Amino acid sequence: MRKHSLLLLSMAFVLSACAVQAPPPRAPAQPRTLTIMTHDSFSASEAVIAEFEKTHNAKVVVLKSGDAGSTLNKAILSKDAPLADVLYGVDNTFLGRALAADILEPYNSPALAAIPDRFKLDPQNRLLPVDYGHVMVNYDKAFLQARGLKPPTSLRALTEPQWKGMLVVENPATSSPGLAFLLATIAAFPEGSAYDWRQFWRDLRANDVYVSPDWSDAYYNQFSGSSGKGPRPLVVSYATSPAAEVFFSEGKLQEPPTGNVEGTAFEQIEFVGILKGTKNRDLAEKWVDFMLSRRFQEDIPLQMFVYPVLPEAALPEVFVKFGQPPAQFFTLPTAEIDQGRERWIEEWERIVVK
Amino acid sequence: MKHVAPAMPALLFLAVFFAWPLVAIGQVSFTSGAFGRGATPLTVLQDPAYLGILAFTFWQAALSTLLTLLAGLPIALAFARYRFAGQRFWRTIAVVPFVMPTVVVAAAFSALLGPRGVVNQLLQSLFGLEQPPIQLLGSLPLVLLAHVFYNVSVVIRVVGGFLSGLSPHLEEVAANLGANRWQVVRSVLLPLALPAIGAAAALTFLFTFSSFGVMLILGGARFATLEVEIYRRATQMLRLDVAASLAIIQMAITLLVGWTSAWLEARAGLPLEMQPADHARRRPSTPAEHALVYGSLTFIILVLLAPMATLVLRSFDWESGPPWRYYLALGQNVRGALFFVPPQVAIGNSLLFAFATMLLTMLLGVPLVYALARLRRGQALEAILLLPLGSSAATLGLGFLMAFDQPPLALRTSVVLLPIAHTLVALPFFVRAALPAFRALDRRLREAARGLGAGPLQVMWHVDLPLLAPSLAAAAIFAFAVSLGEFGASLLIARPEYPTMPIAIYRFLGQPGALNYGQALAMSSLLMLVTASSAALIEWIRLR
Repeated sequence: MRKHSLLLLSMAFVLSACAVQAPPPRAPAQPRTLTIMTHDSFSASEAVIAEFEKTHNAKVVVLKSGDAGSTLNKAILSKDAPLADVLYGVDNTFLGRALAADILEPYNSPALAAIPDRFKLDPQNRLLPVDYGHVMVNYDKAFLQARGLKPPTSLRALTEPQWKGMLVVENPATSSPGLAFLLATIAAFPEGSAYDWRQFWRDLRANDVYVSPDWSDAYYNQFSGSSGKGPRPLVVSYATSPAAEVFFSEGKLQEPPTGNVEGTAFEQIEFVGILKGTKNRDLAEKWVDFMLSRRFQEDIPLQMFVYPVLPEAALPEVFVKFGQPPAQFFTLPTAEIDQGRERWIEEWERIVVK
Repeated sequence: MKHVAPAMPALLFLAVFFAWPLVAIGQVSFTSGAFGRGATPLTVLQDPAYLGILAFTFWQAALSTLLTLLAGLPIALAFARYRFAGQRFWRTIAVVPFVMPTVVVAAAFSALLGPRGVVNQLLQSLFGLEQPPIQLLGSLPLVLLAHVFYNVSVVIRVVGGFLSGLSPHLEEVAANLGANRWQVVRSVLLPLALPAIGAAAALTFLFTFSSFGVMLILGGARFATLEVEIYRRATQMLRLDVAASLAIIQMAITLLVGWTSAWLEARAGLPLEMQPADHARRRPSTPAEHALVYGSLTFIILVLLAPMATLVLRSFDWESGPPWRYYLALGQNVRGALFFVPPQVAIGNSLLFAFATMLLTMLLGVPLVYALARLRRGQALEAILLLPLGSSAATLGLGFLMAFDQPPLALRTSVVLLPIAHTLVALPFFVRAALPAFRALDRRLREAARGLGAGPLQVMWHVDLPLLAPSLAAAAIFAFAVSLGEFGASLLIARPEYPTMPIAIYRFLGQPGALNYGQALAMSSLLMLVTASSAALIEWIRLR
């Protein structure tokens, strides 16, 4: 025992002597840490992130902070002592709140030049578009076929008696796709029109619509077209869900088991921004540029099942075949969303669940 | 004051990690114009909508507690007094539901009781029915059933642990005096076990009073508890004034319930003749005893085991390829995703956090319970200790965000916050589960040991520990399980990358497709296995 420790001791001496004598190696500077605050659904390829880390001698730390809404609220609450350098995942349904809270710094990224103007919703570029997707109703092909039903073709059709008890939606008060779908119905049946969104939801309620708190429960526990084999054949999900079903079937499925109901889509655009008070502004800028670059943009579809905003980014085959964006979709001006959001949700609750 | 000294570390812990964040968020909530419009607990209490929510929260918790006690007490008695095949297996199984993520339990219930579930299909084919006869999804009965599913093990463990340490001597005396078995249970056992029953009832009540996931997912949007309402106001709408007001009301009620139950327990608690566990068991002999034992087993199989078995069955792919392929897929990062979690890492993290939580809870909890058991008027303190169970996780989480942004406690995004958050939930559990047995310790035994020359540590080791072992083990298992089930994780503002098993499950359930669903269920099955083995291991250690 003693022998060993003597040996160790002498080795330590030798080593420390070497360390003193040898000229200090020109070690690369300690990597700088870049912290990104985002929602739970954020995903990217390991290799893509590693590439950024290597190029910029950085360490990327991702803080997942709940769903999109609560991530933003946590960023707002920690405004005086920011948790991160970059905030990703604010979408057009919450854009107004993010800008009003004054938590972001403008950044005119050179990468914006290649991105279509229709995605740029903040003229001051405090929030820069990264990806977009469509919340829309999916249907279970086998279920409909077995009953000789043709899929509905519009929002209004969902109130018809043949779809009684068949639709699952998410609660807009607790779910981001739920909120997006509510906004689709408000865009489709505007306030002040003869048949407004309130009437539409009254009719849906009379038609036994089922309300889930979140997407996971709606899709897996209530929807019949998923592996969870729930009881109802129509669900509010995403335009890319059928493609994802094929992708995650590991070659078992050649065709999606589900389809999209046209005329029910709402476009969600997701943004990235640099948080006020960051001490790594230059690195944060590099990250924003990177998210808008072709490398990152082409990684987006199979990681998050949304579309890149960069038109030249190539889509993976399963998207080309089964995951094309819908031809038509609803949208609302962000100012209008920001004005109405809370009131709409409260009214919706009174109409649908109370 | 001398008596309170051992409680100090725990009190300090609660002051720093519980009281301070609440004060921090409270201050912002009521003073900042950006997050509120001047609501206070008083104005909120005048709004009939919130009063309705309060009333509903209260009576559903009362009903859930009653049902859980009705189901759990006979089972606790059966485990404490009778010996039967597979006893330890069944008792271990009973603790597993406690850790299961709500969305997975919802999947199990819908696979079992849903319109296309096993039970309905069976009934339909048996009686040739067109429509599924059982329509439970999105209804209150399903919520109550889930509350019983989650909490029955609390009653079984807390009351059963207490009873199994209780000498059957008094029961034998009563029987010799001519009391039948039912009379013995009613007039001897129930009164003696009242402190433990009260503790289990208080825990169940507070757990269901602050019910969140079960209510959201199984209640089908129509029902809201205070906790659900607070979550929505705080994290979704950023109306902190309303959220904080509701949270204060919720905490006030928690204090009231905690104080009442502590007061009742202190009145009912007597020094009792305790004995090292497991000596009191015998084989059931009369028909009534057989009915008790087999009734208990039937309940465990139908209500607890069946839903879990459904999940395990669904976690295998019976159609093509090797049935265990979802388990294999857990270890493969097909998409090269950054957040891929190998199963052994998720299991390792879960166990690490659970172990840290159990350790921290026991370090703080054992001296605390010693101190409490000797205090005469400790009811107020006991009630305060229960507070973390009944306070809104959403609010406290935002409090962490405000309170821990400066060194030396810049812990907002630190991984250390995880076992701390779990311990906040585990500590009240531990105290409540262990206290009745500590109170029942007969002072004369310890005095006798001291008289024979034993030092204080020797008394603890040779006298207290063997007598307290069943209750301590029960309390430790819950501390462990609280962490495995990630209770209190919603306290965390921004979670660093130390994914646990429940996190992995939620992640799989965040994207569509057979592979994701299969992997979620495979991971759920592993979570059950890990929970059951850990509980069995803790039991085994106590018996050594």
